[in-house]
Amino acid sequence: MKTQPIDQFAAHLKADTRAAVYDGSKKGYDARIKTLFDHFEDPNRLRVVAGEIKQHVVENLDTYLPQVEAKLKANGVIVHWAATAEAANQAVLDIMRARNATKMVKSKTMVSEETGLGHFLEKNGVECVETDLGEFIIQIDNDHPSHLVKPIIHKNRRDIAMSFEKHGLGAYNDDPQTITRRARAHLRKKYLESDVALTGANFISAESGRLVLVTNEGNSRFCLAAAKTHIAMVGIEKILPRDRDLALLLNLLARSATGQQLTVYTEFITGPKSAAQPDGPEEMHVVFVDNGRTDVLASECREILRCIRCGACLNVCPVYRQASGHAYRSVYPGPVGAVLTPLLAGKNFPAFADLPKASSLCGACNEVCPVNIPIPDLLLRLRDRAKQEHIPSPGTPPMGPWAVLASRPMIWKTALTGGKAINYVSTKLIPVPALHTWENKHSLPEWKGGVFRKWLRNRPAKSSSS
Amino acid sequence: MATCLCDAFYDDVARATVEVLEYLGCTVEFPAGQTCCGQPAFNGGDWEASRKVVRHTVKTFAGDVPVIVPSGSCAAMMFHEALLEFEKEADLPEIEAFARRTWELVDFIVNGLGIKTWPGRYDAVVAFHRSCHLRGSKSGEAATTLMSSILGVTLVPFGEGEQCCGFGGTFSVTFPNISGAMGDLKLDHIRKANPSVLVSADMSCMMHLGGIAEKESKPIKTQHVVQVLRDALKNANLL
Repeated sequence: MKTQPIDQFAAHLKADTRAAVYDGSKKGYDARIKTLFDHFEDPNRLRVVAGEIKQHVVENLDTYLPQVEAKLKANGVIVHWAATAEAANQAVLDIMRARNATKMVKSKTMVSEETGLGHFLEKNGVECVETDLGEFIIQIDNDHPSHLVKPIIHKNRRDIAMSFEKHGLGAYNDDPQTITRRARAHLRKKYLESDVALTGANFISAESGRLVLVTNEGNSRFCLAAAKTHIAMVGIEKILPRDRDLALLLNLLARSATGQQLTVYTEFITGPKSAAQPDGPEEMHVVFVDNGRTDVLASECREILRCIRCGACLNVCPVYRQASGHAYRSVYPGPVGAVLTPLLAGKNFPAFADLPKASSLCGACNEVCPVNIPIPDLLLRLRDRAKQEHIPSPGTPPMGPWAVLASRPMIWKTALTGGKAINYVSTKLIPVPALHTWENKHSLPEWKGGVFRKWLRNRPAKSSSS
Repeated sequence: MATCLCDAFYDDVARATVEVLEYLGCTVEFPAGQTCCGQPAFNGGDWEASRKVVRHTVKTFAGDVPVIVPSGSCAAMMFHEALLEFEKEADLPEIEAFARRTWELVDFIVNGLGIKTWPGRYDAVVAFHRSCHLRGSKSGEAATTLMSSILGVTLVPFGEGEQCCGFGGTFSVTFPNISGAMGDLKLDHIRKANPSVLVSADMSCMMHLGGIAEKESKPIKTQHVVQVLRDALKNANLL
């Protein structure tokens, strides 16, 4: 029987890759539990409140977007609006061309992965260097990130040592410290040569226009220290109403993502450098990216826009752990990706309609989500949508005939009793592909249809069949 | 409600449910027209088909007595999932009313009837698989509260207890590789704890894990929580 694409991907995944993804995810999950539950009496209450704050933003974007634009402008920031990925990339390129800039250093940002900024700039003659170590390794390998916060979770240090050797970054050495030191030496030059620094934003406060960046490597600080121009590419859902909301969201973000109390660096940026500051970008731009987000807002799955990209749902997800992030064919893998990718795909929804099926609906993603997104409910809504749009679903047994059977009690009862035949004939003769798939891995329990009902009928007790 | 799985495969679980509820002084009615809760089609994305079955269920269980389900997942279908697929339907209020009087069995015993300890005796090392549909509900704690109060029961924890067993309904046949790998991992953890019985509040998980174990010719004894409760009573001649 034909199985789902993600299942086939998982079946062919290298054992090494699966082990790397599994271990990395599990470590993230364990660390999260420890810091959240050691530090807070009731972290679940925090998740609910954070979810309410983000939902409030999502429901009131029409108010917050003009507000944040006004604040940014007052802070001396130039604001751009991009409806599509292409428009966002073009806006970045236009800013660079206006300054005759040809070299960019970039800190990690998922939205730029989403728009394919790096490849776009390279095609247009701009050198664009990833400075987050994981993203740097992805870039030299011409690979794709497979996790929201650990882009190279699918690689082990031997893989990395080999690619460093291949790309002239030193003879084979798989000692993590050596690898890091070599990347650092390579990147220091790039910071100094760059014209433009590109970052994302984890949050922007509508109250102050303050942009917040969290990193562990300090690479975004290096990016911003040398470049004369700072461009931040930001999804329109990244707004928080007030600065004080950061207290809650930052506490949850680092703990949920990596099990840290806070990331090593938390930067608050309120605009280009002031006259009193000796260094820093003279010019600052924020490019707000829609790229399908307002369609998500108009859908029945708008809760997914609460997402703060912590990756906790990937870490806990048993399907992600078995299949790896690349199985999801998108920059957003795991449970959040299974919801977000088909929605952001717009008209291309059918191409990703299988992603919401890649879940046993175990609900672990919802349980760990720092903004309490009801991911299983959203997956189910998208399954319903796929069915309504008549998109084929490999291996899924047809439910129509079953529903007819299950709403006609007389036929149901007959089938219950008659099903006993399955105990006596070879199941190979029964033309139900799902049954054969089941039997490849499981024994079938003995059919006992009608036994309980008979017991209930024949006993002189107070309970009864009515 | 017996659940179609118990009706078709696990008659003893349905029987134990009746015996335990009667022991507690309840009168159990079993509407013979019952079929399934509608979950397979709901999870499969065919909400139209699922609604047909849910409507049949609600009609079959008309009235105002509590509806008790010996399955976390069928119970969650009734009190949470059905509400999603009926959001835009005119008969939503009827579904909501039905949802309000639906209980998962162990939750009903502990939080509905207020029973916190269980009499009798059951000599077993029990590994309790907290099935996923118990997340966010009071059933998991209810099950461990009751079982740990039984004389002779030792509850043993096992690794990654929060993880899904991999069943997931049609997921087990549309994602057989992933589902099977999840099942293998769960069984590894459980076997390391060396229980004499694996217990759950969902027979679907037990069908999956027990089915894999048997196929490997390394069978593992599985029971529903209610069978443990019933057997404890029987062992002490209380039933």
